Amino acid sequence: MSQVHEGAAAPSGAHARGADGSRDLRLTGLTKEYATFTAVKSLDLVVPQGEFFALLGPSGCGKTTTLRMVAGLDTPTSGTIHLGDTEITFEKPYRRPVNTVFQNYALFPHLNIAKNVAFGLERRGIKNTRQQVADMLELVELTSQAHKKPTQMSGGQQQRVALARALINKPEVLLLDEPLGALDLKLRRGMQLELKRIQTEVGLTFVHVTHDQEEAMTMADTIAVMNQGVIEQMGAPSELYENPRTTFVANFLGQSNLIAGEIEGRDGDHVKVRVQGAVASVPGDRAHSDSGKGWLGIRPEKVLIAEAGTPIDAPGDVITGGYVTDVSFVGVSTQYSVMMPWGQELTVFEQNTGARSMLPVGTKVDISWRPEFAFLLDASQDAKAGIEDD
Amino acid sequence: MTSTAGVPPVSTDDTTAAKPRGRKLTGYWLILPGAVWLLLFFVIPFYSLVASSLFDPKGSVLTGYEMTWHVGNYVDAFNQYKGQLGRSLLYAGLATLTCLVVGYVLAYAIAFKAGRWKNLMLVLVIAPFFTSFLLRTLSWKLILADDGWVVGVAQAIHLTDVLNIIGLTTTDDRLLATPFAVIAGLTYNFLPFMVLPLYASLEKVDIRLIEAAGDLYASPMRGFFKVTFPLSLPGVVAGTLLTFIPAAGDYVNAQLLGSTNTKMIGNSIQSLFTTQGDYATAGALSVILMVIIVAAVMAYVRTAGTEELV
Repeated sequence: MSQVHEGAAAPSGAHARGADGSRDLRLTGLTKEYATFTAVKSLDLVVPQGEFFALLGPSGCGKTTTLRMVAGLDTPTSGTIHLGDTEITFEKPYRRPVNTVFQNYALFPHLNIAKNVAFGLERRGIKNTRQQVADMLELVELTSQAHKKPTQMSGGQQQRVALARALINKPEVLLLDEPLGALDLKLRRGMQLELKRIQTEVGLTFVHVTHDQEEAMTMADTIAVMNQGVIEQMGAPSELYENPRTTFVANFLGQSNLIAGEIEGRDGDHVKVRVQGAVASVPGDRAHSDSGKGWLGIRPEKVLIAEAGTPIDAPGDVITGGYVTDVSFVGVSTQYSVMMPWGQELTVFEQNTGARSMLPVGTKVDISWRPEFAFLLDASQDAKAGIEDD
Repeated sequence: MTSTAGVPPVSTDDTTAAKPRGRKLTGYWLILPGAVWLLLFFVIPFYSLVASSLFDPKGSVLTGYEMTWHVGNYVDAFNQYKGQLGRSLLYAGLATLTCLVVGYVLAYAIAFKAGRWKNLMLVLVIAPFFTSFLLRTLSWKLILADDGWVVGVAQAIHLTDVLNIIGLTTTDDRLLATPFAVIAGLTYNFLPFMVLPLYASLEKVDIRLIEAAGDLYASPMRGFFKVTFPLSLPGVVAGTLLTFIPAAGDYVNAQLLGSTNTKMIGNSIQSLFTTQGDYATAGALSVILMVIIVAAVMAYVRTAGTEELV
């Protein structure tokens, strides 16, 4: 949890601090029920001050509802929202030190860019906004566009105006609702870096809602993966990716091979799993189940592949008897589908280091992996949870 | 439409020269029906109106009319009827203002609060059009009649006293045959022309913009004046024009609900044309009214600056 704001040019509008000085955003037991379904189920969440926090999940998982409750645009059915020591659960949206960058930007079409950016300051009765607006437009590199109307600007520029319009108010928490969703891929990559730069520069708490796992991993200090109204897992991007706790996280964040296995039990700080005749061991902190059936998970890029009979540079058991059913060359890597003897197709990514030529379809292969990269999940979960349909 | 311009060009040599010309003419063919209509029902009558406004004022239906280019008709007509002219603009203005306030609230409710009743409410706004304009106005005569309950209620809540003080009624025991009745009639009759354009532009206002205003520290009231209202300006302009222009020239309301002291310019023009046979003064008055309205509308539209709004 990095406290990026220290040392950054502290905004002048510093709000009253809590007793311990922190202004963390705390959601406690937050629930939103609609007539026919529950959008958010008893959500507990702490977003440390100054952090870039991402709420990641598929559409309909409740992430936008959560954001709207923090903004005050929706009222929770139960639970509380605190900012530091101040409760803001039922505070009117225009009285919260929270601003939003809306998904469709929601720029005021009748006002020019400068007036859009000045809107929040003027509503709070601040008279001389000119210098602040100029500074903010400079930050988002739109100084020359100040007198244009929103409709005269491109999507990327509108996005930056929306960001400037929210940031100028120096909110304690900036909410971003899929702010890059409407941009094309190339622009999105550029804006991701831009957003991260600005967040580091101004040091505000950013809560970013997205369904794009790559976007969340690129920008966020901490990601909370949401599914069906609850948080499945929360942590740093690398932690979530390397050590998922649920099949949903394993599949939604990147891809995973989940192989059914029989858990034999703990052996020291490892858990032994019997997988299709071979015994694999999983480090204790990566085993999220202790007994019974389990899913042994391994990321495709962690799987090592070699032609049957050739040695593999891995200390673990080698599983033999597979053959290549599909090969796709994607430049930096080659993606193989390997049919295993037990009838499951595994995905393997191999770096194109040039050490060996591509293995053609039909090649008999052996696979293996380093045990420290495997993870173990409870078999009661759906192995296909979180796999997005194309 | 006899032109073949709608057909994609086929490159046969003998027709290539004719094609561009045919295409050029399409536009003219398309505006022809409208142009003929305007010529027959606007340009010719307008010419005739302006011509009769310059007739010798001594002419009559019996002696006939003589064209003497008597520009003095305008000065005489204006001087003689400036009271009615002023009253027309005042009554139409007040009716437009009342329509705007009542209509805006109604249109806002239909656009944002009506939910599934939206279509029903729109039908109800238009419903009065299924009855004759004259009949509806005559009904108001009954509603506002001296022995009717409306007068009784207005007296009980001292509305009549208030109206009397601000000069919209002349005595404190009646509503009919007062400026109040005429303005109320105008408001009632032209309200749908205000509500529909207002509804159309309010309906287009993105709810998310109102949310964004709230997010940016605007209370609901300030959000309305800073975002919703400016975005509905095209509807306000269209609605006020559609109400004010016909209201300024209206004579039915003043005739049925007013008295001799509430005569509007429409009543004067009507009586000059149909009963007194003074075509010259009637023509001059009509042209004066037209010029005033056109000038007022142009000034209004320029001030409102609606061309900037999308």
